[in-house]
Amino acid sequence: MANRLIVSLSPHVHGGDSVQKNMYGVCIALVPALLASLWFFGLGAAIVLATSVASCVFFEWAITKFLLKRPACTVCDGSAILTGLLLGFNLPSNLPIWLIIIGALVAIGIGKMTFGGLGQNPFNPALVGRVFLLISFPVQMTSWPVNGQLTAYTDAETAATPLFIMQKAISDGNASVLSQLPDAKEMLIGQTGGSLGEVSALLLLLGCAFMLWRKIITWHIPVSILGTVAVFSGIMHIVNPIYAMPHVVLMSGGLILGACFMATDYVTSPMTAKGQLIYGVCIGMLTVIIRNWGAYPEGMSFAILIMNAFTPLINTYCKPERFGEVVRKEEKK
Amino acid sequence: MVNVILIAVLVLGLIGLAAAVILFIVSHKFAVHEDPRIAQVGAVLPGANCGGCGYPGCSGFAAACVKAANEGSLEGKLCPVGGQPVMEQVASILGMTVEMGAPKVAVVRCNGTCENRPRLAQFDGAKSCRVQQMTGMGETGCGYGCLGCGDCVSKCQFDALHMNPETGLPEVDEEKCTACGACAKACPRGIIEIRLKGPKGRRVVVLCNNKDKGAIANKACKASCIGCGKCVKTCEKFEAITLENNLAYIDAEKCKMCRKCEEACPKGAIHGFNFPPRKPKTEEPTAPSPQNTQSPQNTPNTPSTPTKEVEPSKAE
Amino acid sequence: MKTFKIGGVHPAENKLSASSPIREAALPKQAVFSMFQHIGAPAKPVVKKGDEVKVGTLLAEAGGFVSAPIHSSVSGKVSKVDVALDASGTRRMAVYVDVEGDEWEESIDRSPALVKLSDRPELDSKAIVEKIKNAGIVGMGGATFPCHVKLSPPPGSKAECVIINAVECEPYLTADHRLMLEHPEEILVGLQLIMKAVGVSKGYIGIENNKPDAIALMTEKAKNYAGIEVVPLKVKYPQGGEKQLIDAVISRQVPAPPAIPISVGAVVQNVGTAFAIYQAVMKNKPLIDRIITVTGKSVKQPSNLLARLGTPFQQLMDECGGLPEDTGKIIGGGPMMGKALLSLDVPMTKGSSGLLIMNDKETRRAEPQPCIRCAKCVSACPMGLEPYLLSKLSATADWEGAEKNDVVSCIECGSCQFTCPSHRPLLDMIRLGKTTVMGIIRSRAAK
Repeated sequence: MANRLIVSLSPHVHGGDSVQKNMYGVCIALVPALLASLWFFGLGAAIVLATSVASCVFFEWAITKFLLKRPACTVCDGSAILTGLLLGFNLPSNLPIWLIIIGALVAIGIGKMTFGGLGQNPFNPALVGRVFLLISFPVQMTSWPVNGQLTAYTDAETAATPLFIMQKAISDGNASVLSQLPDAKEMLIGQTGGSLGEVSALLLLLGCAFMLWRKIITWHIPVSILGTVAVFSGIMHIVNPIYAMPHVVLMSGGLILGACFMATDYVTSPMTAKGQLIYGVCIGMLTVIIRNWGAYPEGMSFAILIMNAFTPLINTYCKPERFGEVVRKEEKK
Repeated sequence: MVNVILIAVLVLGLIGLAAAVILFIVSHKFAVHEDPRIAQVGAVLPGANCGGCGYPGCSGFAAACVKAANEGSLEGKLCPVGGQPVMEQVASILGMTVEMGAPKVAVVRCNGTCENRPRLAQFDGAKSCRVQQMTGMGETGCGYGCLGCGDCVSKCQFDALHMNPETGLPEVDEEKCTACGACAKACPRGIIEIRLKGPKGRRVVVLCNNKDKGAIANKACKASCIGCGKCVKTCEKFEAITLENNLAYIDAEKCKMCRKCEEACPKGAIHGFNFPPRKPKTEEPTAPSPQNTQSPQNTPNTPSTPTKEVEPSKAE
Repeated sequence: MKTFKIGGVHPAENKLSASSPIREAALPKQAVFSMFQHIGAPAKPVVKKGDEVKVGTLLAEAGGFVSAPIHSSVSGKVSKVDVALDASGTRRMAVYVDVEGDEWEESIDRSPALVKLSDRPELDSKAIVEKIKNAGIVGMGGATFPCHVKLSPPPGSKAECVIINAVECEPYLTADHRLMLEHPEEILVGLQLIMKAVGVSKGYIGIENNKPDAIALMTEKAKNYAGIEVVPLKVKYPQGGEKQLIDAVISRQVPAPPAIPISVGAVVQNVGTAFAIYQAVMKNKPLIDRIITVTGKSVKQPSNLLARLGTPFQQLMDECGGLPEDTGKIIGGGPMMGKALLSLDVPMTKGSSGLLIMNDKETRRAEPQPCIRCAKCVSACPMGLEPYLLSKLSATADWEGAEKNDVVSCIECGSCQFTCPSHRPLLDMIRLGKTTVMGIIRSRAAK
């Protein structure tokens, strides 16, 4: 019987979606921002991104093959490439290679593979890597090169970022410090300092729109995070002008990158729409709180990681609305 | 400075004292009184929590034993894993005596190997026998035989069941099998029987579970029981074999191990386990490979080794 | 455009046979009538070997209230009463009839003339239900629930409207579509009969928007029938699910079991059932044939056949150009909820809405990958369940947890597995959980 029939339970067809399609879809959505980072940071961005992606893929392959001894190759599913890209996006473009490799090892090794690989990790691996580097090497991780130095790498000149200016305004209690901030148009396009992937708000939003169009993500998480941050920081700015204007807060730092690409990570975000809204609102609140009153100028990574920890809890308590739970009234004709 | 130290010591001391008092009160207030014998019985049980006794885990069984002892009898309580030695210990803790049955073992009553039972289709889905069972017949024309996804293997706590990739059937490691019955419960088709192990592990079993009429069973599998009743006739003297729903069954208690039924079966569905080899002339044609000559059939004094792959002595 | 509110997917429609008119299949040489053509107690054979039967002769009587009688669809001689492999994939009791000629019972009116409800004023609710019961009519959409049970509402519940399920949301299948195009008046009279049987004055016909010709025709014809409205629906699977259809048409949600559609005042019948009811009541014809779609991408002539029950699938396949070379899977029903068959040597039953042939590439499942918790199954589930969780609970045999998370509400539509990017066998495991939990609930109730 060379050509045996197949028996199986229904359904007998599949929609054709796959893990790869989703992972590479996110990677494609990151391309505009990637090109922008190459445009602004040149050689440094290229080295950091290439190192990050290559080492993430290498560690994923090496750990599955030699430590876990799994027969199947999981590199092809694209998740390691995505982690590498996101990790690179979160690093300054003048970071030495050895630090990037350490970050990739922590991201893949500790953030992902210790929990059993794809789908099992409670925390976003790229953020685990970034936060590890941020806490262990604060000096290197917070010296942001001025953009436009296309051939410089670790020798690039550095300058204060909008986030740093905003924090200084608060600590000095002096709203006039805020006048040093770049104007909104510059921040939208990306002519400011910062991690290499987070500078261009416009292109990141473009990527986000692509993911929404391809139905890779739903609107709930990005909208709830950005909305909460806008409302919360708006109120604070009205109450006390030493806190920056909401549109500056929205476009500064890794907020848009985090809201669209990191917080929406499938594995570590809640499953239901209601849960995603709660998750997004909490991330937004935490981000503003950490930015304004925390020790670090940037709070996005910490906020996402903290809420990642709450995801199982949210999943337990936010069940989808069951069919027939609310018997609706008959619509009038 | 001294003040600071004093305050620290005092505050910590007071907190410690308060905590101790609360702990004391709570532990007395909410103390659960448990018969100490439950813990004692639990200590002698194997601790595998296999559920073979019919209770949720070893502690559940221990509690049930103590309760039964309070009611006067340990009858019907058996830890199949520990067997008689453990039950004797349990009985002595509880001040009772216990009577034990003969040792048992799991037997896979299907010989529908890839060769005997042609696969008509290919199952595509979750690797679980119970899921495959929901498709109806599964992969073969036999609606009663082994589905081959190994639900029983994954349920075995004692590493006593293994899937043989060549035959596509599970094999019981008699040495490790504790007759806990977890595999029998896991099998959606009820193929696995917990059966008397027999003297020196010798037993005669109908290795088929097919209740279809002869023609259908015959078509589905070369080694199926077709319900012809020849074995029943050869066993008229002992009345150990019964025929129900087109399927012969050998009552292990009545079987005298004469193996006449094995010879009588036209389909080779009846198998003797752990018997010494028959005369070499019948042995040679069926066991040409060196592997088989080393098989436990030729070493009669090791009844405990798995001998699932006993070849039918008659050629098809 | 109306549709149901929660979840849903949109599989490729592949309605290959939509333009092929219904044609009558040839009589089989031997017809096999399974006693398990409906949900509930099996029918009890009333014939024995050697009995002469005609078309419409009773072969088996209902085995209980939730059961249905079975009539012969051919004339000839009963050759045996024995087990046969049926569409469920198991061997069960069946009556074999060797076909000789084509002689019909005289009571059956074979003329094509339309009999309107106004022509038969003597029919009251009881008489209609009785006729339906005696004709052995069951839900023809595939669920095969005995029809008279649905038309006899339990005490305390009151029907308010009748909804005809003409959605045909399963890809490939076109039997209902063709039936509407070729017999619209009969369907409308059938609907009137159902309305009269349950004593309501409002009837809806829900049709998905991918059948504009059927919507136009039915709307046109329905103008002459008071109280009947055709409701076009947005194309979304599983709209043909009873609960989803009620939600889509009258915006009421049937609560979780034990509630049934009548709890919200709705009686749902398939369009094929309405046609069968018309034939049974007005023409005295028991359920002996049905329209079946024989289709598949490599089938030479995808067709809609009017075939007698008990005809082997092999014969239907031969009439449509034979089994293609590259057959990978034979499915009784549609691709989303149909049953994979082991061979074509299986007789057609009352619930056979389609015979679908798929090739290996189309239907073979990809290797499952780890769950990436993308929540696509949660948003696709039309019942608002969490398929990823239910599947995990079933895999770890946590039946309590599965029950707590409403595994029994699952309608087994397959949307979750269809949409899963990791190709996980979600529904396989959920089915396992559902059957186990239902068993547990039953044994608890028995205590």
